[in-house]
Amino acid sequence: MLSEKSLNAIEELKKKYRHPQSVVLPALWMWQEEHGWISEEGMKQIAEVLGIPVHHVFGVVSFYTMFNRKPVGKYKIEVCTNVSCMLKNSDRILKHIEDRLQIKPGETTPEGKFTLVEAECLGSCGTAPMMQIGDRYYEDLDEAKLDRILSSLE
Amino acid sequence: MSMERLILPDIPEYHLLDVYESRGGYQMLRKALGMKPEEVTEEVKKSGLRGRGGACFPTGLKWTFMPKQSDKPKFLCVNGDESEPGTFKDRQIFEFNPHQMIEGILIAAYAMGIATAYLYIRGEYATWIRMVRKAVDDAYAKGYVGRDIMGSGFSTELVIHRGAGAYICGEESSLMNSLEGQRGYPRVKPPFPAQNGVWGCPTTINNVETIANVPVILRLGWEAYSKIGHPRHPGPILVGVSGHVNKPGVFELPTGLLLTEIIGNYAGGVPGNKRIKAVIPGGSSTMILRGDQIAGVTMDADGLKAAGSSVGTAGMIVMDEDTDLIRVITRITAFYHHESCGQCTPCREGTGWMHKILQRFEQGHAAASDIDLLLNVANNIEGNTICALGDAAAWPVQSMIKRFREEFEKRVAPAPAMGPPLAEAVH
Repeated sequence: MLSEKSLNAIEELKKKYRHPQSVVLPALWMWQEEHGWISEEGMKQIAEVLGIPVHHVFGVVSFYTMFNRKPVGKYKIEVCTNVSCMLKNSDRILKHIEDRLQIKPGETTPEGKFTLVEAECLGSCGTAPMMQIGDRYYEDLDEAKLDRILSSLE
Repeated sequence: MSMERLILPDIPEYHLLDVYESRGGYQMLRKALGMKPEEVTEEVKKSGLRGRGGACFPTGLKWTFMPKQSDKPKFLCVNGDESEPGTFKDRQIFEFNPHQMIEGILIAAYAMGIATAYLYIRGEYATWIRMVRKAVDDAYAKGYVGRDIMGSGFSTELVIHRGAGAYICGEESSLMNSLEGQRGYPRVKPPFPAQNGVWGCPTTINNVETIANVPVILRLGWEAYSKIGHPRHPGPILVGVSGHVNKPGVFELPTGLLLTEIIGNYAGGVPGNKRIKAVIPGGSSTMILRGDQIAGVTMDADGLKAAGSSVGTAGMIVMDEDTDLIRVITRITAFYHHESCGQCTPCREGTGWMHKILQRFEQGHAAASDIDLLLNVANNIEGNTICALGDAAAWPVQSMIKRFREEFEKRVAPAPAMGPPLAEAVH
């Protein structure tokens, strides 16, 4: 269930748009922040709160890549491999994480701590290579810096 | 050359409201509120400002498309979805000068009689959304946004809307659908947003950097502004330089500078003084240029058009002589395949086919006929889709074949071709 705080925030947000359906992205963000991923239960509750069909909510969830449709690790590591990062050897960054955590992109470590994902351009082209963990950007990466970051999370 | 920086001024803590105010912040909003709305639009029109989101459309002209009288409320969408590979400029405005953007939004809202402005920011920019939210809250608290702004009787709201990871939502009609809480599918045009935009109401969509230029125009006056940089595409422009350069970053420059000067002087040149093999001038969807082709080419709409490319988002990607361009174009095409929304068959299927063919070149089992097959697929996407993503996927491939055909030829498998039969491989 969504927290009381989020439900109140949703009611406030409804006033800012011409149709409550517009609050679907903000509401999904609130659910994901509270639960880590978007379950069927979440979609049902959001549909109910906004007065829209649940299949519509599912259609939205499946369109946007940032919504997790299954549980992910505590730390979701997203490594940009688009052109600007690729030119700065993002493949080495990705490989280093794969070797250290023993997972491939799309996988989660057995204890559920880390999920690794390959990402599209995250707008850090001038500070490539880079990765995002949760909300945070880590830029100008090299193997040593990567080790320090991962050690601090392990 | 040195020029006063107008979009990203070199002033400490400029992102804070009191610092911004101490340098004359929000005084241009006050000035605008004392003018007639159409006078504000006229000022922007005469300045020559053109959109900084990629299409270079004249901003003031776009504003005049909005109906003066309307039974329905009018909306402004500010596009901060910044997702074009190689582009990282709006992020600098969010971080270092959010109030100038907010002031620009309010001036634009006044000029067009906007009821609510929505600032759409890509979901991954969570950190920058927090920064902008703080700035918007501060502006509300000071009475710059909301009801009866500065006692003028004019009211408008400003709402930040967070995206959730979809490149296509940077396309204006897709952005409106996303704002309506739908899948981000682009809409067929016409009707155009100024007649039938978000919730069927008159809507204008402007890029973040474009909007941040508006207070500058009011401060300098249209005439002085129009004299900055290239006369047909004037003003300061945020140029992002990434890839093989010593000092990558975003540089605020007048339009019309030589690409070679931007790369050499501002971005510090190429590491190891290597030769430049190729340059993508304005984000991954703009046509790639050969390194030996960029001499004399300038960063403005006319200059890049003459060179056979476009300004796009001015996100320049530099590649040195050792770059594997087949790998580059395969990666770019994988991106467009991933980001195609799936509405139009040529784009949905074509981007995937192009990616498959390109992987054959990458892995060394392409047939000689695959070069023309690839071009054929690209040509059949271009111009045949609802939105410009189809073109954006086709142009890099077409230009890569046109300007670097030898790179493809070098990667053809020795005869007889070892790849699977074409019909099978394409589907």
